Amino acid sequence: MPQPRWLPYLLIAPSVAFLAAFFLVPLGQTILLSFDGGQGLSLANYARMVGDLNFPTALRNTFALVIVVIPLQVALALVMGLMLQKMTRGRELVLWIWTIPLGVSDLAAGLVWLAILQDSGYLNTLLFQFGLISGPTAYLNSETPIALFFAVVLAEVWRATAIVLIILVAGIQLIPKEFGEAADIFGASPWTKFRKITLPLLKPSLQSALILRTVLAFEVFAVVYALGGRNFPIIVGEAYTWQNENQNYGVAAAYAVLVMAISLAATVIYLKALRVDPEAQA
Amino acid sequence: MTTLNQLAIAAMTAGAILAAPAAKAQDLVFLSTQLRPIDEAQKVREVLLKGAPKTTYVVEEPPQFAVRMKAEQAAGKRTISLMGALHGELQPLAPTASLDAIDDVAAKLSASGIPAGLMELGKLGTSTQQYIPWMQATYVLVVRKEALPFLPAGADVNALTYEQLAAWGKAIQDKTGQRRIGFPAGPKGLFARFIQGNLVPSYTGSMVTEFRSAAAEKGWTDFKALWATVNPNANNYNFMQEPLMAGEVWIAWDHIARVKDALTAEPDKYLVVPPPAGSQGRAYMPVVAGLAIAKDAPNRAQAAAVIEHLLKPATQIATAMEVGFFPVINAPLPADLPAGVKLLADGIAKTQGAKDAIVALLPVGLGDKGGEFNKVYFDTFQRIVLRGEPVRAVLDSQAETLRTLMTQTAAPCWAPDKPSQGACPVT
Repeated sequence: MPQPRWLPYLLIAPSVAFLAAFFLVPLGQTILLSFDGGQGLSLANYARMVGDLNFPTALRNTFALVIVVIPLQVALALVMGLMLQKMTRGRELVLWIWTIPLGVSDLAAGLVWLAILQDSGYLNTLLFQFGLISGPTAYLNSETPIALFFAVVLAEVWRATAIVLIILVAGIQLIPKEFGEAADIFGASPWTKFRKITLPLLKPSLQSALILRTVLAFEVFAVVYALGGRNFPIIVGEAYTWQNENQNYGVAAAYAVLVMAISLAATVIYLKALRVDPEAQA
Repeated sequence: MTTLNQLAIAAMTAGAILAAPAAKAQDLVFLSTQLRPIDEAQKVREVLLKGAPKTTYVVEEPPQFAVRMKAEQAAGKRTISLMGALHGELQPLAPTASLDAIDDVAAKLSASGIPAGLMELGKLGTSTQQYIPWMQATYVLVVRKEALPFLPAGADVNALTYEQLAAWGKAIQDKTGQRRIGFPAGPKGLFARFIQGNLVPSYTGSMVTEFRSAAAEKGWTDFKALWATVNPNANNYNFMQEPLMAGEVWIAWDHIARVKDALTAEPDKYLVVPPPAGSQGRAYMPVVAGLAIAKDAPNRAQAAAVIEHLLKPATQIATAMEVGFFPVINAPLPADLPAGVKLLADGIAKTQGAKDAIVALLPVGLGDKGGEFNKVYFDTFQRIVLRGEPVRAVLDSQAETLRTLMTQTAAPCWAPDKPSQGACPVT
């Protein structure tokens, strides 16, 4: 019996309604709020945002994080994924251990690294016991911006590489073994096999992983907040400060819209740059 | 699996049983932004509200407090009758007509000895009483006794100047290699209050009007020198009691409620002294928490009764003993105070009684712009002290922001600035 034409629409209607109510409506409200200058529409909130003393630093820090963290994570996840592929025993256990950080919330991850890196933390204690430092050394304040930056990078890599890994592992498993065997017959080196077979066939997974991770990296907040507080301004952090401490919802909304615009732009760039053959998307 | 299911069902039933009476009985709901930590909230429920009409005491973070009050009003359904919050948190509610005038409650309390100035503050610039002062506190310097040997010659620890504090910090740094002065300049710290309530008025005798004066320039230059001896982690500190207890900081400025744990844990280790003085005097900021009744409160009469209960001398003294906020009424503290609380009480007395004291009140009349007012001061600090921008240029440009803010809100001057007609001017 043929299904009525409207059935698929009926089935997706609840989720569409849900998204409209809890995503599109607040989104519209936020955009409106960001253009609300008190008397009619204006760019006052955006002017305030761009003119704020933390804005250039927040923008620079956020982009610096994305530029350093994302390639690191993709490279690490690729290496880890290929290692898993070669393993015959204990693969599940290793994968399980590597994905533990996925179950930890952002803030908790930040706090874990804070416990390690702060003055009285584990790292300081260890260095002190080995006689490498003479007393508590601070790494996470405004006088040590580079150390603070690397602490945030470390925490982010630890926390969020697993999601890239999972997407890539799934992609690697989809690559037919025959290609590799054929390459072996022709005497291809492992590097050539990786370049000519694995990487091209992994492109759809890489694209998904990159989009997901980049969007999330632009929204990074809790880890930075835990480790650096105000010492490391980032875009979402500024949105939080304007909303919570400065109590100016308009400027906070402008920041939120900015984050969304950057995320959308990043997605478009990835979709264009890593254009995937429609056949490979199946 | 069955056990889990049974547990879940049991938990749900228990929850339903616990929730049911709360939903049925018309208890008075008392929402507070103060005394939020679990142990303090428990003390409110078990000690301070003992003998008061039946009250459900709930707490909320200040930003959510404002959001909740607005939402209830917009929905036209009040659940909250009584609120307890800081002066600055109640203030934005006055123009939105969220507060009920309580002149009747004020009249009943007229004999309790609440200072007229505090009562006036409770009118929030209107002609009627918007809140009743509930309890008060202030900001002090807490000194660990290890720091005393390094005190510069001729300096009186109870009457320090900013220059002496800088010299003290430097002496400690030179001798121990550590920077031991601390300020709560972290995201949840109250550092903006230090700048606007202590530092700037100590040099200018003003919080707003003289913001960019030559005297302010001197104050900022002195403070920049002082900051060189401040612990580099200061930008991460929210409450000073932790670094004090850890010995990471020896001299800390903070709100008394945020150092109380250190003092009650080891009272023998500390002194509590007034904040330093600048060229104009020793500015300090009294903090007032108030009790207000919501407009259209479901239980107005009961709320008024709870206010009267909380302002009884016995309750006020218990408040000081249990949570370290001090009476607003005329109630002498007993001699057998716990040692930590006694330190705080003495510290407040010394601060209020200092010969050169200048009272800098919490900002009034800024509506919901209180956060942005704080930002002006914190940004000034960030630019001058942390980023090393030239003092004069920063003061000029931040004064511009402050002026816009004052004009927007049309807030008249408050102490220590002289009363103004219309918006408080920034000269």
